[in-house]
Amino acid sequence: MRFAAGVDVGSTQTKAIIINGEKEIVARALVDTGANVTKAGENGFLEACRVANITPRDVGFVVGTGYGRYKITFGNVQMTEITCHARGAHFIFPHTRTVIDMGGQDSKAISVGHKGEVSDFVMNDKCAAGTGRFLSNAADVLGMTLDTIGPLSLTAKNPVKLTTVCTVFVEADILSHLVQGKIAEDILGGVHQAIARRTISLARRINIDPEVTVTGGVARNVGMVAALEAVLGMKLNISPDSQFTGALGAAIFALEKLGDSFESNIWREGLCK
Amino acid sequence: MAPAQKSEYRGYVHQMQKTLMVNWYERLGESALKGWPPAVCLMVSGNCIELLQAFDVLPIYPEVNALQLAIRHQSLEPIVAAEEIGYASDNCAYVKADIGAYLKGITPTGNKMPTAALILCNFVGCNTYLKWFEHVSAFTGAPMYVLDVPFLRYDKPTADDITYVVKQLKELVGLLEGITHTKFDYDRFKQAVQYSAEVESLWSEIKHLSKHSPSPFDAYFDAITLMGPLYVYRASSVGVDFFRAALQELKERVANGQGVYDEERFRIVVEGPPPYPHFKTFRDMFAKWRACTVASTYSTVGGLWEFGFRHDPENPFESVALHMIENNVTNRNYLQRYAQIERYADEWKADGVIIHFVKSCRLFSAGQGDMRDYFTKVLKRPTLYIESDLEDPRYFSEAQIRNRMDAFFESLEHQKTMANVAGE
Repeated sequence: MRFAAGVDVGSTQTKAIIINGEKEIVARALVDTGANVTKAGENGFLEACRVANITPRDVGFVVGTGYGRYKITFGNVQMTEITCHARGAHFIFPHTRTVIDMGGQDSKAISVGHKGEVSDFVMNDKCAAGTGRFLSNAADVLGMTLDTIGPLSLTAKNPVKLTTVCTVFVEADILSHLVQGKIAEDILGGVHQAIARRTISLARRINIDPEVTVTGGVARNVGMVAALEAVLGMKLNISPDSQFTGALGAAIFALEKLGDSFESNIWREGLCK
Repeated sequence: MAPAQKSEYRGYVHQMQKTLMVNWYERLGESALKGWPPAVCLMVSGNCIELLQAFDVLPIYPEVNALQLAIRHQSLEPIVAAEEIGYASDNCAYVKADIGAYLKGITPTGNKMPTAALILCNFVGCNTYLKWFEHVSAFTGAPMYVLDVPFLRYDKPTADDITYVVKQLKELVGLLEGITHTKFDYDRFKQAVQYSAEVESLWSEIKHLSKHSPSPFDAYFDAITLMGPLYVYRASSVGVDFFRAALQELKERVANGQGVYDEERFRIVVEGPPPYPHFKTFRDMFAKWRACTVASTYSTVGGLWEFGFRHDPENPFESVALHMIENNVTNRNYLQRYAQIERYADEWKADGVIIHFVKSCRLFSAGQGDMRDYFTKVLKRPTLYIESDLEDPRYFSEAQIRNRMDAFFESLEHQKTMANVAGE
């Protein structure tokens, strides 16, 4: 059996996917990245091997992606997450022409060609507004968890207007709304709307052609998806594997590079202990 | 992917350029010690080095000093020194590096820098220069002359525009006579203009050599190496000899099929100045992909000659005026810059365009977001937009820039692969 893997070392979490020769996902793994990027990549990969009940030696080709891709020492090649997200989203939703990736510390909009290739992209990597970090800061101020804020935002009756989209100053902004007696639901409604407007404004720098697929960890937030759909005025593709899209794209590239071969595992001997 | 390789060639031309620039700084150092020959501070864009050469006056280019500090990783100290006396974080970092270096006595080579006998603000496009040079004048006590060059409002300068600049150039002659205690020699001026015309023809021929595939040199990174002599020595026989040698060496590389890399995989047009504090890191991001720059707008900041303009020894004042008004990229309007890039992309057969937005340079960078959209959406040219600074090392986010560059080249590679498959 042939296996290929994609390992996406992101700023907050590391994702690994193993697929078989039929492009079927046989394992997923999710670990916190932490301070040791190399270790995070290894741990994610080993955990995926454990789930798949195979050894690292069984994996013929590994593509590393994400900000930590150059630290994936056991990988065969590295590719950017931009290319991998496009490919992964196209694999899950073949009619995808636009990808909006909302990660922990940046967000991107990618224009995707008919074969899943990147034809254009724009990134917000200078400011944490519109990223997962903004949401987690807002959740912290309100004493809530990331899992709860999305559903709660959907119940907002009068979403507040935030005066800032700065991740650092949003705390003061939220506190001022709390002082004014605003309820958490309405504040969260405003937070999600603010991020959605900012994200779509970024995406409009490229042509937003349907279908639009949202990837990255933030896609799991139902409130965020609803806010994005409201601003954009169209239904979005959301996969249960949205967080793994980059790793999946990397795994598909890995399988293609593996071709008909079964091996190139000399890099992974050290992991087989 | 194959491992990264040495990203540049080091030819005779690079050695000679280094020697010439060191000589220039040594002459400035001598001028500082002896008080002679006099030196004049002026701006690179649309410079009128021909007039200075006619009087044997040494040019001081604050921009060149600033970029030399940056490329030697010495720019942060003077920038911080300028900020400590009140310059804002958003001010032009060239200005802060220059002012801070003056205040702290820092020079790129350690040679002393003379106090300018005249601050010649040849105002071309960049209005920051007016304030910059006012400050230099205030700090040093040197007199200032503003050579007010009208912005190119139409496709061509009007006759009145040329007359206006020529009249000022003739006023400048009087000032230079006073500084040098020498009467203006019209024939020497004509000779300087003649040298410039020869250098410009050689330089133009060099820039057209990058149409070859592989290109014999990188028209951004290597062109920057050649730009120093272009500004300092253009109006002299030294400049003619240098560019003749450079052309010969590069022609030999063409004849031998020698490119910048063992395999030229991508041909790129670059818009905007480089991030000098991280010059090598930035170059290596191109080298990793064997991406050769075949044309760049930055290499026309001092003069735009590859499309035919030459100084004219028969009309020396008028041609210097024309050069200042029309034939340098900073004084041209945005649509003309679009057309210049488009022409590069077509005639030099580029695979894509990379725009480097410089945070502290409003002149060069304003509107580049729209430029990216125009090239991507209207012209369907693969275009990458990246941001940092040309002088301040604090604004270079290596991981982010590397990410964008890698993604851009990955997409270009994919498109090439698709095109090859379709062609088979």
